[in-house]
Amino acid sequence: MSTVSASRSQDYYEAMLKATPSGERLRLCLECGTCSGICPFGSVMVYPPSRLIAALRADRFANVLKTDALWMCVSCSACTAFCPSQIPLTAGLMARTKEELLLRGNVPAELQDALANSQRYGNVLGESPRKRGDWINGIVPEVKVLAKTREPVDVLWFVGDYASYHPRVRSTSRALAAIMNLLGVSFGILGPEESSDGDSQRLAGERGLFEMLAEKNGKAFSKYKFSTIVTTDPHAYNALKTEYPRLGMTYPVQHYTEFLADRLDQIRPLLKHEVKAKVTYHDACYLGRVNGVFEQPRSLLRAIPGVELVEMAHSHSNSLCCGGGGGGMWLDGFQWEKAHVRLSDLRVQEAIAANAEILAVGCPYETPRFEDAAKTVPGASGLHVKDIVEILLEAMGPERGGA
Amino acid sequence: MNIAVVAKLVPDLVEELSIDASGAKLDTSFARFIVSESDDHAIEEGILLKERFGGQVTIIAPDDEGIDDVMYTAAAKGADRLMKLKGISAAEMSSHALARAFADVVSELKPDLVLAGVQAHNDLDGSVGSLLAGFLGMPYVGYVSGISMQDGQATVRKEYPAGLIAELQVTPPAVVGIQAAEQPPRYVAVSKVRQAMKSSTIEERALTVVEAPAAQHIDRMFKPEPAQHATMLAGTPDEIASKLVEILREIGVI
Repeated sequence: MSTVSASRSQDYYEAMLKATPSGERLRLCLECGTCSGICPFGSVMVYPPSRLIAALRADRFANVLKTDALWMCVSCSACTAFCPSQIPLTAGLMARTKEELLLRGNVPAELQDALANSQRYGNVLGESPRKRGDWINGIVPEVKVLAKTREPVDVLWFVGDYASYHPRVRSTSRALAAIMNLLGVSFGILGPEESSDGDSQRLAGERGLFEMLAEKNGKAFSKYKFSTIVTTDPHAYNALKTEYPRLGMTYPVQHYTEFLADRLDQIRPLLKHEVKAKVTYHDACYLGRVNGVFEQPRSLLRAIPGVELVEMAHSHSNSLCCGGGGGGMWLDGFQWEKAHVRLSDLRVQEAIAANAEILAVGCPYETPRFEDAAKTVPGASGLHVKDIVEILLEAMGPERGGA
Repeated sequence: MNIAVVAKLVPDLVEELSIDASGAKLDTSFARFIVSESDDHAIEEGILLKERFGGQVTIIAPDDEGIDDVMYTAAAKGADRLMKLKGISAAEMSSHALARAFADVVSELKPDLVLAGVQAHNDLDGSVGSLLAGFLGMPYVGYVSGISMQDGQATVRKEYPAGLIAELQVTPPAVVGIQAAEQPPRYVAVSKVRQAMKSSTIEERALTVVEAPAAQHIDRMFKPEPAQHATMLAGTPDEIASKLVEILREIGVI
């Protein structure tokens, strides 16, 4: 996409209205400031959404392009969820403005690496694409890699970058594979043929990269027979559910918490061991607030004997972002310089305040983010961060391969 | 100012390297190729020079798989001319042969400055830039991390070990070996690279036989062989600590 070019700064507003998905709705902004108030980084954003719209209206968009504070936006969609005029602020205005910054070369260096890695290797971590499926080594029964087996499967499991490569998150992938095997699910993965879903890159303003990655994934999907896609990552879920169809790729998709919740009757008898703990669940932005999946993860946790589910101060659609969205996953140093606080620290503090012993998550960004936070937040040494599948497997007991 | 940047692709170390059946060279059939890191910095420095002092930037590189992407990305950053040397592959050439191949094309361009990455991880017989300067009869300064121009003279910042930096004045035409550009190579959005693919052309130069002076002869290439394995101390932390103290005493450290 080309940059918004305008000789008079007045023209920026009109140009942004046209360039932004549902941009026309920007005209409905009441300047109530709800978006900037609810923004977790609103205090350091310089141009949080309402001020950004005001700047557009007042011919001051050129000033916005000179600052880098907009990179503090973690695309958590809190502003969008609470906007009384229902303006698609996150996916529209914020992502489009980041794209303007990016096309002008105003990108923090940390983020550039993740984008360059996605371009070159198809994953943000800069790992070998050939090793994408290596996490399955040693799992019995063997996880099918579709390029090898070439058999139709019921479920194509879209594993994603972190769940494929990150050492901590790989263990949650292995837990989910164990559960799928126990349930007798016919499933397969793309392995080296899978690329990053691209959703966080899109929300970080790299639309062209998102489209490139989506095309690659679409090409891989079209080679195999399956009836549904299950994702580990809520961002991949969001991309496949909402964004890929806009590019002409429509597949039925479920997040793994939805997929497992549908099979609770089959899962319940397997949960033989008590996990005696107060558990709180962190609603991932792109599972909960954006896509309305609140109940399924909680129903899985409630099914575990011994689990007492407690809620944090922010929950459901008012959940607090872990700080990893919209490029935030690759802007830790940048965020620290600007804010001197990490959202993951705040969230871990909320979990402690709720007296939780386990902070349960359903997003691959979160296990490493919250575990890191728990290392430094006072009083968090006893808090365990676990993916829902890890707690499920634990309840299935050692005879089932659980801990 | 007329700036020529010579670049090459090298095996990407994200994949494991293997040695081919001859035992004397890399097996490149499964390798992925990436632009050599300091060449990437040379491209960035060329673009920065153009932005600051005006001029034209030409990128010249052998025709290895993946070079088109590197060239279009350079065009999206601001490179003006893209020249691909057909029929040669950097992966199969010594630095001497590659420098010889670059020499004719570069001298035709009559550049003021020729920028080359100061080194590449697969240079076995010296760096391409210094050898190219020899073939062109131009002065050479390597390990440079900044260039400025004034009154037709170039001032280059050359890095020495121990954190020393020298400023040298160079009269063009000259070859400069870039250690690092003044800013990290910029990220170019995919949409801009796609635009560049439509709007720029890669010129192709067919090369006849490259006559290069004999470099070295490689007898054997092999992975580092561990001479001695580490000793692992087992036991409780206390036992390990006392064993460690014993060993340190034995070797006379404490």
